Amino acid sequence: MTPVITAEHLTIRFGNFTAVDDVSFSIGKGELFGFLGPNGSGKTTIIKALCGLLTPTSGSGTILGMDIRKQAAEIKRHVGYMSQKFGLYEDLTVAENLGFYAGVYGITGAVATQRIAEILALTGLHPYLTRRVSQLSGGWKQRLALGCAIIHSPEVVFLDEPTAGIDPVARRSLWDLFFQLSGQGVTFFVTTHYMDEAERCGRVGYIYLSKLLALGTVEELQHLRAANPVGTSRLQIEIPDASMALSALRTSSGVREATIFGRSIHALVDTVQIDALKLQFPLARIETIAPSLEDVFVTLTLDIMKASQ
Amino acid sequence: MSSLFFGLWPICRKEFTHIVRDPGTLFFALLLPLVQLFMFGYAVDTNVRQIATAVLDESHTQESRELVAKLAASDVFHMVETVQSDDALYGAIRSAKVHVGVKIPYDYARQLQSGATATVLVLVDGSDSSVAGQAVNGATGVALTESLNRVTVGATMPIEVRPSVLYNPSTRSANFFIPGLIAILLQAMIILLIALSLVRERERGTLEQLTMTPVTPLGLMIGKMIPYGVLGFGELCLILLIMRVGFQVPIHGSWLLLLVLSLPFLLVVLGIGLVISTRAQSQAEAFQLAMGMILPSVFLSGYIFLIDTMPVFFRIVSRVIPATYYIQILRGIILRGAGFKDLWLQALVLTFMGVIAILLAAWQFVRKQSH
Repeated sequence: MTPVITAEHLTIRFGNFTAVDDVSFSIGKGELFGFLGPNGSGKTTIIKALCGLLTPTSGSGTILGMDIRKQAAEIKRHVGYMSQKFGLYEDLTVAENLGFYAGVYGITGAVATQRIAEILALTGLHPYLTRRVSQLSGGWKQRLALGCAIIHSPEVVFLDEPTAGIDPVARRSLWDLFFQLSGQGVTFFVTTHYMDEAERCGRVGYIYLSKLLALGTVEELQHLRAANPVGTSRLQIEIPDASMALSALRTSSGVREATIFGRSIHALVDTVQIDALKLQFPLARIETIAPSLEDVFVTLTLDIMKASQ
Repeated sequence: MSSLFFGLWPICRKEFTHIVRDPGTLFFALLLPLVQLFMFGYAVDTNVRQIATAVLDESHTQESRELVAKLAASDVFHMVETVQSDDALYGAIRSAKVHVGVKIPYDYARQLQSGATATVLVLVDGSDSSVAGQAVNGATGVALTESLNRVTVGATMPIEVRPSVLYNPSTRSANFFIPGLIAILLQAMIILLIALSLVRERERGTLEQLTMTPVTPLGLMIGKMIPYGVLGFGELCLILLIMRVGFQVPIHGSWLLLLVLSLPFLLVVLGIGLVISTRAQSQAEAFQLAMGMILPSVFLSGYIFLIDTMPVFFRIVSRVIPATYYIQILRGIILRGAGFKDLWLQALVLTFMGVIAILLAAWQFVRKQSH
């Protein structure tokens, strides 16, 4: 199967600053690809480059087989984009926003009417058709923004932190929409800071300081060698007073990372030290677990930070 | 639709919707220039008439009273006070009660009758240069006429100058200033409206969304220009109507030509608004940049000061200010009845500037996008 989105050794520099450093990936049709990373790590820059808005310093990329350097204008017609800023006109009504975005994609007349009806059915926005966007709640705005982004039936949709700042119910129903569309063969490229959102994605890439540190399914990432160094174990330690124990644990020898997870502690420790820990915390229930996605990314990030010092 | 201007009509229609959705902004945008038109139109009068004058008549004779009457009749001076001492005369000027003091010495009549030169002291308040100039000229004129009358009693004047002021015979300030004011008001309104509209899209993130669509930079820019161009044109018609009806300024040339030759100027100011919007990150910044463009054009476009008397450097600067050319077009058609053959060059320069501004804006827009 030919990939829908590819990036090969993509590097983007602004002056001396490297915003994207040698990033490569390939995304197949209908995939829901999550891109996780802190602010300023280069997520939006990659999206802009893939949409042809800025030319990579080196490396190459394709969308639906089209070269991002040469076919930017054509790519835009096949790609939808939605950011956390919504991109909606607050003083226009829902219908006017949909009509406007249909227009800028060159969709007019009966085709536009039909397409808008489809979007309304998909998003459930029908009751709000004549309402101004400024009067909609955050969740509905997001659904409308998605509707506007896919008005031209794009094969690829880029979502740049689409759920920042909306309530959990609206967030989940928006994700349901993503899955529904992805089931219809639309390829999604979603950036997020939320771990739980990343875990919903088929595959996840983790970008930190302009570099793609890890890429794979959630399971692959959990078993990543770099996140599970040889001779270490990931432990869940259930203990009555977890916060007191945490500071004691952090100073114990052989403990590489430790953090509170709910009422227990997750720690990365040298396997040889487990027995010593059991002695140190006799009340604790200690078991070996697979790392969570967050554990993986924290370990990877700490490695990078240590290496750069 | 040509691919170079893709997205033009949807943008244009949306922009009209924005305008009608916000009647408050529209109302103030249209009203503010009219308020300024009335303020400047009525307040600005550079023709100095009826300067407040005080008289110290030490002569107390038939001749001295005649001289005062002649001065008063000249329309330049308005006798408001009669004083009895030098101190009182100076005091009246210092306190700004009067701007001119006339002192007729006690021997005025005697000197006249004896054939010697009679002197009259005219004190002029120099703190207002236009008043001072006019007062000196007025006083000299009256003295000269009186002297000639005395020297040539009974004879005819060898030379008589009959000045005839063409095009604005009563030299009304309104006739001179309002046509220039149109350019100033129109450009302030349009530059601000269009620049703020685009910067608002940048602030709200809709511009970012648009850059991800097939809308081309030229489609976006020209789609924005059309609604604000129409708005500006409407405002122009309104101002011209008020000028003609309210201020009674006659339009000697062709109305149609005036409206047609206004289009290149609208093009330039719309283009300048766009250039500003590509540079400004916030509405406040756009406002400052717009003011930075508008203020020099008030002083250097010939609206207030004559370009011919400016130092060379500022004469060159005035050549790159669009309002300079539009003011020439406005005054030419409104005051002098000039035709297309007198003004085609100005129109051409403005069109050229307009195209440059739009291309510059589009170029900067593309450049900014890739960062």
